[in-house]
This record gives sequence, structure tokens and C-alpha cells, in this order.
Amino acid sequence: MKALLALLLLLALPALAVEPNERLADPALEARARTLSRGLRCLVCRNESIDESHADLAHDVRVLLRERLLAGDSDAAAIRFITDRYGDFVLLEPPLKTSTMVLWMAPPALLVVAFGGVLLTARRRRAPPAPPTAEEQARLDALLKGQE
Amino acid sequence: MTPRRLLTLLPLAVFLAVAIYFALALRPERDTQALPSAMIDKPVPVFDLPSLADGPNLSQAAAAGEVVVINYFASWCVPCRIEHPVLMALKAQKITLWGIAYKDKPEDSRKFLAQSGDPYTRIGVDRDGRIGFDFGVYGVPETYVIDRAGHIRKRFVGPLSREIAEHELLPLVRALAKP
Repeated sequence: MKALLALLLLLALPALAVEPNERLADPALEARARTLSRGLRCLVCRNESIDESHADLAHDVRVLLRERLLAGDSDAAAIRFITDRYGDFVLLEPPLKTSTMVLWMAPPALLVVAFGGVLLTARRRRAPPAPPTAEEQARLDALLKGQE
Repeated sequence: MTPRRLLTLLPLAVFLAVAIYFALALRPERDTQALPSAMIDKPVPVFDLPSLADGPNLSQAAAAGEVVVINYFASWCVPCRIEHPVLMALKAQKITLWGIAYKDKPEDSRKFLAQSGDPYTRIGVDRDGRIGFDFGVYGVPETYVIDRAGHIRKRFVGPLSREIAEHELLPLVRALAKP
């Protein structure tokens, strides 16, 4: 019984949204389509790729993407076919452009600022207090003398 | 103020900047779900769709020299029914309003329009949503404004409200229609 269960668990594959009738006969092309569709956002569900989504629109885009690949498009051309219509938002990883500079640069910039701040405070804490000036030293001596 | 005193105000300044940003981004009239269209200012996609009536095909060529509003709708789409009275009101404004039945059976589209009224000047049938894909449609209803040179100038995602129709759509159409 346990062995059977283990076997069944081994056989269990992740549920895929890609339906059998969508798949391309050529395994190499299909593999390319799968890789590309993992990077494309489903605009209905927003945080799912079209590879995972069961939405109608995701199905359409999967089919159209495969049509482009069958027509001989390069990966970049097939992706451009979709971004031309739906914009860069369909890419789950936003491209590096002037308009996305803030998006890409903000995290490293914040990291640098935070590190700078930490270093600055650490150094300030470690620095020994400045030696007393001549005037302070004189007052100090006087005070110490007075105590004795 | 000494630079050091100014530095103590920095957290307050950062807080205010973030607060203003959020207040603007989350203002109630802004639809945070609506996506900007990648097709703005681009030529309207080429299409040649069978007519829902028995008339000639509906193609982008027929829009040449005219300001056309294209509304994607479907009988199965609930927000389209919410939007429908607004479209009927637009009909009275004498604008060219084309309907494209998106992924809808023609008989269902016809039944829907027979029940609720037909606001459209002409209607095309996009049975498999292929032309919708070329427009960048990601959910019906969507409404596009095409200028006289055949460029997409504006997209409205989701049902048009009376406010949007009166204060955004109609003024834009009128401005574009001026010679």
C-alpha cells in the first residue's frame, strides 16, 4: 500500500494549464514556447504567467505565441509581437529602459545609502573622544585639584 | 538652520514624499487595475470583420477621415450590460460608434442588442478574438477612440460610466473632430 502511494506520488506532476491540443508537434519548438510563456504575464490574473493560467486570454496568447514560432519568428520577435499589443507589462521581468531606470536602480541605491549610513554611524561611535583643549584641560586640572 | 538641523528633518521629508505619492496613487477615482494601452498613438490595427447584420464587412478602412469610437462588447459580459445605457445615451450624441462583438456567438449578440437596444452605427464580429488581440484587448468592455488619421488616441478599460462618457469621451471626440 505504502509502495503504491509512493509510486503514485512519484507519478504526480504539477498541474499545467497548457492543454494537449495547444502543444506543438516539434518538441524543440514546444520547449521554446514553454520557456517564453513562463515569462509572459496573464493580463487577467496579473500575477500568473500564461503558462500557468487557465484564463481564456492566456490560452489565446499561448496559441498565438506558438503560431509565431511555427511561422519562424525568433524568440525576441515572438515576444515583440505580444509587447507591441499589450506593452511591457506583459513581461514578468520588466526590461531595462530609461522609463524603468527608477524601478531597477532604486533597490541597489537604497542598499548603498543604507550601508553608507551604517558605516558612518559605526565610525562615529568608534572614534575616540577628542582630547580636551588647553582651556578644558586647565579647568579639569583645577576641578581635580579642588576635590583633593 | 545648520546642516545638522536640516538632517533631522530628513525623515519627515521622506515621510511626506511617500505619503503624497500614496495619496495620489490611491485616490478613489483612479482605477489601479486599468493598464495603459501600448497602442496609444499607433495606427489602428488592420481588420476586416464580418458584419453582425447582413451588411458589408467592417474594416478599419471605412473609418478613414472620421473620428470613430470602437466599443468591444459581448452578450456574455456582465459589465457590458452595466455600460449599455451609457452607450444608448451616446447614440443620441451623433458620434460614430462601432461595436465589435468579442468572442460571442452572432446569434447571442443579436439577441442581446434586440433586448437592450442597438447603440452602434455598425457592428463587426470578432468570433475568435483575434482582432481584439491586435487591439490589445484584455477584457471586455473596452472602448477605443480613433482619430481622423486612423490612430488610436485613447482606450477606456471597463464599463464607461456617464461621467467618463460626458467628461472624457465626448470632449475628446469633439476635439478630434474639429477640422
